[in-house]
Parts: sequence; C-alpha cells; structure tokens
Amino acid sequence: MTMLTIENLCVWFGGGRDRVDAVRQASFHVERGASFGLVGESGSGKSTILRAIMGLAPNWSGRISVDGQPVTKKRQKGFYKTVQMVFQDPYASLHPRHSVDQVLGETLHLHGFRDIDARVVKLLDDVGLGGKFRFRYPHQLSGGQRQRVAIARSLAAEPSILLLDEPTSALDVSVQAEILNLLTDLRLEQKLTYVMVSHDLSVVGHMCEQLAVMKDGEIVEIMDVETLRNAQARHSYSRELLAASI
Amino acid sequence: MTLLDVENLWVKFPSRQGVFEAVRGVSFTLGRERLAIVGESGSGKSMTGRAILQLIRPPGIVTADQVSLEGVNLMQKTEREMRDVRGKRVSMVMQDPKFSLNPVMTIGQQIIEAYRLHNKANKSIAYEKALSMLEAVSIRDPKRVMRAYPHEMSGGMGQRIMIAMMLIPSPEILIADEPTSALDVSVQRQVLSIIDTLVTDRGMGLIFISHDLNLVADFCDRVLIMYSGRIVEVCDAKNLHEAKHPYTRGLLNSLPRLNAPRKKLDVLSRDPAWSEAPSVSGRV
Repeated sequence: MTMLTIENLCVWFGGGRDRVDAVRQASFHVERGASFGLVGESGSGKSTILRAIMGLAPNWSGRISVDGQPVTKKRQKGFYKTVQMVFQDPYASLHPRHSVDQVLGETLHLHGFRDIDARVVKLLDDVGLGGKFRFRYPHQLSGGQRQRVAIARSLAAEPSILLLDEPTSALDVSVQAEILNLLTDLRLEQKLTYVMVSHDLSVVGHMCEQLAVMKDGEIVEIMDVETLRNAQARHSYSRELLAASI
Repeated sequence: MTLLDVENLWVKFPSRQGVFEAVRGVSFTLGRERLAIVGESGSGKSMTGRAILQLIRPPGIVTADQVSLEGVNLMQKTEREMRDVRGKRVSMVMQDPKFSLNPVMTIGQQIIEAYRLHNKANKSIAYEKALSMLEAVSIRDPKRVMRAYPHEMSGGMGQRIMIAMMLIPSPEILIADEPTSALDVSVQRQVLSIIDTLVTDRGMGLIFISHDLNLVADFCDRVLIMYSGRIVEVCDAKNLHEAKHPYTRGLLNSLPRLNAPRKKLDVLSRDPAWSEAPSVSGRV
C-alpha cells in the first residue's frame, strides 16, 4: 500500500524577477514500510521536497498525499502525528537551554499525551540512550547522542513516516554507523516508512530500497538499489554521480 | 628528501579540569609527497596542522623537540619571523571557504595581497599573476571573479579561490585541512585533482588532513592514523584497506559500501588501551 505520494510537486521561493524554482515537477511514491532515498548535489532541491511535505516551504503546487489522504495547505492536526522530520545538524536543531527531558516532555505534551514521564523513559530507551541522559543539556552530549535525542523527539508522536534530512552528514563515520544501525532497527520495530535525503550514495545504498536522483530541482531518474549497486544507472548524470562516489 | 621534520609534538590547553592534551607526542616527516592525517573529530589532526604553523594561540601551549623546515627549527622562531614562513614557505587551506575569506574585500584584492606580501611586484604584475593563478584552479571568467566578493561565490569556487590564494606565493609545503569536506562529491574530485596537479608540478609537499578514509586511500601516498592525540598506525595509502590496527579496521568496517551490502554496519568498540599506547612514529 502506498504511504506517501508526491505528484507534480513544484516548490518556489520569492516572486517576480527573483523567483527561484527549487523543485520542478517532482513525482514519486513510497510504499508503506519502505525506505526511499533522495540524492543529488547541494542546491538540487532534495531537502526542499522534505520541507514542502512538512509544510516548511509555503509556496508549493502539485499533490502530496499521506496514507491516502491529500495534504491541504493548512496542515490538519493529525498530520504531525503521522509525519515527522529529523534535521541535518544535531548541533543546531536542539534548544541549547532545554534539557533532554524538557525537549521530549514538551513534544509529548504538544501531541496530547498524558503519561509523559513513562514515555520519556521509553523514548530514551528506544534510541539507546537510557535514563542517565534524561536531565542533560545538549552541550553535555556528543554529536551522535544529540542526533539520538533528535530522533527520539521525532518518534514522540509515534509517527508512521520519518523524513530524514542528511541525518549523519555532521557525524564521524564510526558514529554514523551507530545512527544508521539505530534507524534500521527502529524501522523494523516500529514499522516506519523512511524518506531519506543524503549526498552520500553509499549511505542511501545501505538504507534504502529505492532512490531518486535529483539535479537542478528535477528528478532525473528513479531506480532501485540493485540498479545502483550494479552501476546500471540510465541517466548520464546519475552515472557521473556514481562514478564520483566510488 | 625531507622537507619537514616533526619530533615529539605536544599541544596542550590548560582548563579548569586540568590540562587537556590535544596532541600527545606526535612525530613524522614529510618529503615531496602527499601525506594524509586521518582520524575522527577530536583526534588532534587539525591541531597538528595548526601547531606546525604556530597558529595555536595562548592559552594553548605547543611544545616539540623539533619542528624543522629544511633544517631550520620553527619552534625557535619569533612571531615576526614566523610571518615570513607562513604563506611563503608553508601555507594552509582551511576547511570552510565561507569563514576563511575576508567578506569585505574583493577576491582580487585578497589574492593580490597574498602575492605582494611575499614578492616585490607592482600592482599590474600582481594582477596578472592572480589572474593566471585563478585560471590554474580552473575558474571560468577569472576577470569577473577578481571583482567579486566571497559571498557571490559557491562553496566549490570559494575553495578553489582559497587554494589559488595559498599557492600564489609558491610555498614548499601545503597543509590542507579538510579542503573538500564542505563540498559536493562531484566538485570534490575536481578540487582534489587541481591540488594534485599543482602539488606534483611544483614538487611540493602536501599534508592532507581528512576524516574520509576512502578519499585518502585514493589520493595520498602515505597515511598517518590519529586517535586521541597520538598516531596509532602509519601505512602506505594503497595498503590502507589492509591496515592492522583495530581502530583503523573499525573505521573502515563502519563505512557502508555500495558493492558489499550488509544488514548491519559494524560499530567501533573503543579499547582504552589505544589511547594509552605510545605514539607510532611517522618518520621515514
């Protein structure tokens, strides 16, 4: 069953003379429980697609539907219980003066949960942090631990789709492996659907079953990982990208 | 031939919790080769590069038995004497062009300044030099770029401009501190091949600081692997994939590979003994 459908999505910034078309006519769909990758250079519009799905890019046209329901311009309340996002830079996406407990507690409160105390403990356990991190502040955590907190925050609403915007590009390779393993485990345990943006083809190859290659705001090719592994990309740009990253 | 000889280099930062040792007794030599220093963040690789140029500011403390550039010990030089070394003999390309170029000077002014600080030349000669240097780093339309400000440049162009600026005084050694980690893969290769041609043509020594093991294996001749301020292993870049130290092995195995899919990636388990073991010498 299709979990997320994007049809003819266009996203633009500015207007008149200064209008920039960041995404043009992008279409793809992601099955329930699948993991979909978006790759491309910086400025190719891959993160913008995620931001448009989340409602962080106000100017868009086309059709986005989540779990069969079309997404309206003004997001319904239930939307954020289904779709959550993890941002690129764990150093910038956590409030420096809120403890882990506050970050997770506030999120849970906003989603209308009652048993906040028990849920904070469970969330921390789920992302492999444990109770001793509960009252720490972001500056007392390493980059990998912060990204775990960010993942815990996105899981607070018990979503079914997680949008991952370069979740490991700010981390060392050894920490990257830990976070990627965590994401793999969480996807199996909680039956999550992933849309993952990365500039690293080998990370996408590890995490996703299908991927789209983007260039200048357009999706030039959608292929499955087997095609990527066997280097059978059809479009010349995807081949170029593949050659550069091996 | 040895260009640079570093022996027992330490970098320390006194703090309220005691002295923090960022680099702990590192020794290596550099000839006319491409030497890589790899490690995770916090392993002391950037600090090693900075310490060579005496760019560690107080309260940081740098000590070494010697850091000698063609037989002259840099540790005994005064700040004024060091200024003749920086740029002219040893220069450094920093990680992010956004923070390393002067935002209120045009690119032309900055490159011309770099040239004229070390060479007696009038402005028009310096301008011509700067122009040809920009061409050497494959920048299209160098005349326009000379007039432009750094914010008008993309990351890849900014990094190439930094390289042009660092190479224009014709140094003997180039220290490149993660020169490509802020760039896209496709641009990365381009910038690397520019560094490579320039370094080979001029017979320079290159110290390439990076966290990317695959890149280093392709691009360099010799690799020093650093862990918590010490060198844990030295090997030839082409044999990097047969490295023996468990830390290097762990780093290599934690990388996802396109041609070898796995359900789970190996996670590095750190052994406290690694940081206790004495530093391996990278001297030839």
